[in-house]
Amino acid sequence: MSVPTTQRPTGTETATGRLGDITLLPDGIPKVTGDFAYSSDLWMDDMLWGVTLRSPHPRARVRSIDIGAALATAGVTAVLTHEDVPGSKYYGLEIADQPVLAVDEVRYTGEPVAIVAADHPETARRAAAKIVVDYEVLDPITDSRAAMSPDSPLVHATPTQDHYPGGGNILRHVRIRRGDPTLTADVVVTGEYDVGMQDQAFLGPESGLAVPAEDGGVDLFIATQWLHVDQRQVAESLGLPEDKVRLSLAGVGGAFGAREDVSMQIHACLLALRTNKPIKMVYSREESFYGHVHRHPATMRYEHGANRDGTLVYVKCEVVLDGGAYASSSPAVVSNAASFAVGPYNCDNVLIDGYILYTNNPPCGAMRGFGAVQVCFGHESQMDKLAAALGIDPVELRIHNAMAEGSLMPTGQVVEGAAPVAELLRRVKDAPLPAAAPTDSYDLRALPGGVSNTTHGEGVRRGVGYAVGFKNVGYSEGFDDFSTARVRLEVVGGELVATVHTAAAEVGQGLITVMAQIARTELGVEQVINQPADTSIGTAGSTSASRQTYCTGGAVQAACEAVRDGILAMASARGLSVEGAALRDGKIVAADGAAVASVADLLGEEIVEETREFHHRPTEPLTRDLGAPGDIGQGAAHLQFAFAAHRVVADVDVELGLVRLVEVTTAQDVGKALNPLSVVGQIQGGTTQGIGLALMEEIQVKDGKIRNPSFTDYLIPTILDTPPMQVQVLELGDPHAPYGLRGVGEPPTISSTPAVVSALRAATGRPLTRVPVRPEHITGT
Amino acid sequence: MDFLYARSWDEALAAKAERPDAVPISGGTDLMVDLNFDRRRPDALLDLNGVEEFTRWERVNGHVRIGAAVPFTRIINEIGSLVPGLAIASRTVGSPQIRNRGTLGGNLATASPAGDALPPLMVADATVEVGSVRGERTVPVREFFTGPKRSVLEPDELIRAVLVPVADGPQQFAKVGTRNAMVISVCSFALALHPARRTVAGCIGSAGPTVLPTPDAEQYLEAELADRRLWDSRAELDEAVATRFGELAGAHARPIDDVRGTADYRRHAVAVLARRTLQWTWTEYRRAQR
Amino acid sequence: MRLTFDVNGVGQQADDVWPGESLLYVLRERMGLPGTKNACEQGECGSCSVYLDGTLVCACLVAAPQAQGRAVRTVEGLATDSAGGLDHIQQAFVETGAVQCGFCTPGLIMATDDLLANTPTPSDAEIREALAGNLCRCTGYEKILDAVRLAASRRTEVTP
Repeated sequence: MSVPTTQRPTGTETATGRLGDITLLPDGIPKVTGDFAYSSDLWMDDMLWGVTLRSPHPRARVRSIDIGAALATAGVTAVLTHEDVPGSKYYGLEIADQPVLAVDEVRYTGEPVAIVAADHPETARRAAAKIVVDYEVLDPITDSRAAMSPDSPLVHATPTQDHYPGGGNILRHVRIRRGDPTLTADVVVTGEYDVGMQDQAFLGPESGLAVPAEDGGVDLFIATQWLHVDQRQVAESLGLPEDKVRLSLAGVGGAFGAREDVSMQIHACLLALRTNKPIKMVYSREESFYGHVHRHPATMRYEHGANRDGTLVYVKCEVVLDGGAYASSSPAVVSNAASFAVGPYNCDNVLIDGYILYTNNPPCGAMRGFGAVQVCFGHESQMDKLAAALGIDPVELRIHNAMAEGSLMPTGQVVEGAAPVAELLRRVKDAPLPAAAPTDSYDLRALPGGVSNTTHGEGVRRGVGYAVGFKNVGYSEGFDDFSTARVRLEVVGGELVATVHTAAAEVGQGLITVMAQIARTELGVEQVINQPADTSIGTAGSTSASRQTYCTGGAVQAACEAVRDGILAMASARGLSVEGAALRDGKIVAADGAAVASVADLLGEEIVEETREFHHRPTEPLTRDLGAPGDIGQGAAHLQFAFAAHRVVADVDVELGLVRLVEVTTAQDVGKALNPLSVVGQIQGGTTQGIGLALMEEIQVKDGKIRNPSFTDYLIPTILDTPPMQVQVLELGDPHAPYGLRGVGEPPTISSTPAVVSALRAATGRPLTRVPVRPEHITGT
Repeated sequence: MDFLYARSWDEALAAKAERPDAVPISGGTDLMVDLNFDRRRPDALLDLNGVEEFTRWERVNGHVRIGAAVPFTRIINEIGSLVPGLAIASRTVGSPQIRNRGTLGGNLATASPAGDALPPLMVADATVEVGSVRGERTVPVREFFTGPKRSVLEPDELIRAVLVPVADGPQQFAKVGTRNAMVISVCSFALALHPARRTVAGCIGSAGPTVLPTPDAEQYLEAELADRRLWDSRAELDEAVATRFGELAGAHARPIDDVRGTADYRRHAVAVLARRTLQWTWTEYRRAQR
Repeated sequence: MRLTFDVNGVGQQADDVWPGESLLYVLRERMGLPGTKNACEQGECGSCSVYLDGTLVCACLVAAPQAQGRAVRTVEGLATDSAGGLDHIQQAFVETGAVQCGFCTPGLIMATDDLLANTPTPSDAEIREALAGNLCRCTGYEKILDAVRLAASRRTEVTP
């Protein structure tokens, strides 16, 4: 296999923490020196550059493509269209509905139509501009509610949603019915809420290097969240067996869901095989906005009925998600949205309809929070509204209805293990409030507007808001969501060394640190080497759904246990008594704490290596509505639930609609903090993405076109937009999970958005039913 | 694409005369975005970084003559007390990295209504020194812009320096963006009091095809200040006067709806900014008495 | 065209440079110095921050030919004087957990270096204003503030 000349992204360990210790990232040092090789940093001597020609139209028939002038450009080696895709011309995570290169129709602005390889990116761009595509432009279908109508034209002329009955443009309709939603209640509040299209906005652009191999296959060095799901899709489109398509993880510059789907993977491999040269592709920031899926925009209608004492009697919810042109992970996103539509509250009577639509808007898919984010904004806005209608403190109303261990989900699933909703809320409420803003002086940097100098205190009101949310950890609805790990223990240069190998994608969250901590703890070894992730080992599943520490951590633990058993068996074979023994500090330690033998001495030249799969407890698909009477949309669909609560203190310039957050307090149950440093980092970072959705982040789409595909106009929070963040970590172990852990990454993103908006409502008195909240929503102008 | 270097003003003019199609580049903060994003492919670039005089400033007859390529960071640090409105505006430009490279010459030549430095230059009555091999001329900033991203610059002309009168009274600048740092203006407002002349000057940024002066608001305020003898008494300014000034200023805005904000919001926000900057400058004027 | 300039104290030459290339491209693709990152290429994220003749700039906004005859210092050139391979700012970023995916890190380290050179003991507000041009999508910036505070405290110890 060819290996690019740039250094590979993992090195030897420098941080030596065990489970529960604050442990530094082993990749921290190359990351601060600039040596860490991200996917856009790879380089080979004779490589070519690949670029993509994209559709300027959201919906058009492709009559013809003329590549002649492009191919004749000096320096250009290849120009490929759908005709050059040897295998499957369509790909997709769940449903293969997305063309590798447009075949006869383009369905969103930015859809890839042709690809070019040349000796310089500028040459390739100029050649791509010479490709002549004859489009018959059609009226795009861009309104998701209108797309539901049976009269709507179809985004996909041949519906692909056989196994998700919906009909027309409805990609999936999830119905959940439990109890009696026809009940009446003392107090009823209704509301309509909208969530704009958020972008993951990772900093490292889509990129990678495809290297043709002598066996007719290809080696792809790529930033992704799931090597094996990429491998399957690439192999299918190349028409190659999977063993000829080998993927290695390059450095990943953030992911947040945007790297679940294939972007340039297949394109780079097609060009590499055609030109027989390594192909580098790197998207620009603008192209990146077209090159990956986004968070689904949502429109929601809610009705909550409650007794005078605040007890929820019923909740009705209809949530419509715009899936855009292709399916991506939309069927799972809408399932989540429906599952979590009520929030972490007890309610016996529920009626939920979740719809996800095909439109000619940009495709949407996975982003941190995955369907739970949208509905959390809805249900938490409703809880504030209900509290106001009842005259009850909003936190007390939430606590009164809070889900707890043993509660029933709307799907009838029993919530197992800790569900500390009330405690999380109490903790954020009881935390001391920050001091009031000074009245005799000001620092622009602490005021709404910052150094743009819009206020010296005029018009500034302070508001405090709360929210709580939850979601599932791991893949749901019966998916066998497993991971594979290989662990080797051997003596190298007189020292005991453990090597851990998985295909799990480290995307910055700290997984490889945790894997090494597990190996150190389980095997009593100091030195642990993380072997680079690649497809030479079985799948680890996706780095998403807050599942990787659970699943791959579980696999590493299992493999370590198998290695330990092997060591103990060797010891036993040599007549040592190892009953109940463990490995600690390089020794076999008996149950009474006495050292039995040195592991290094015992091993000598021998190597103990074990590979294990970790399969979590099975989950169930939701029952379908087949016209049967009784509750529907039921089942224990989810593996584990993770909860977080936020309190936000915000200063709002009510005359200009500008906001400066004063403080954010988060309380979250993580089961067990394997690396407390990374746990807090995840919570602060996740919270900030929720702040972004609340205040500024939106891909603005008009007539199927993105109006702001740049970091000039798609704004993400700067360090002057984020406040000091207090974090309270609870560790209420989950008996079913490895080490009792609970997924960490997503919950802080879910409830921070509604908590911010709640604080803005408190400061302004405005209803604020849409995120991101724009200045004109606050000023009413 | 050709790349031309100039080491002096004369060299730059000669190069521009020979290649009027050459796009001047100094800080690159606008032009390079267009190149990187494949929006623009000029036939030639003319680098002005080698022209040392562009990076100098000097005091001349009650003015500060600021070379076309003095970066915003140096305007803030070195001449902020002389041109306070311009310094406040400079601090709102982009990020430290951008302020280290971005220049007045670039703001003027780009002629975007969102150029943060332009409203304070307008209210300070700055003039622009431009030249070509045909000769040199000075253009008041108030006459410099002819439309969105259009100016009086001829194809063979370059901007040499900006002459900004040393502030003769309080100046302010305020800019609305939807983020607390590093943000392009949704709208902005600059205000200068000229106590010696007993005049005021306001200018709107980013809410019209060009930056827009606010004559009606100015006349109203000048009349109120005169009628109430406030220049002499330095008494507190009635909030109603400030509000009316803001409303009149807002009425001068000619905004559009775009990705950064709505026209209605911009009109409203300009009024708020005008009112607030008036109160700030007036408070400073009152304090200056003591 | 041919470009000769100084990179991290070493004279360098690049041939066949397209005049529209950015300094960022030349550093990453021609000099073999990919530590300077390519996140937005429009000066909005600070990931490509380098020193150009001692001034902190976004390398994506410098036309490569503008670097002719000038001196560029990148993150790869930051720790060349220190014995342990990391300078005190880099060390502080590692220790405080300020690094997650790390893509923003080189730019933030350069911006921090520039901040502390001018303001050795910055307040939190000064840190925030100085780093406002460097976007981070992973950390929420809290641990970056920790890192800058730690680096500042150590710098003060070393050079009182």
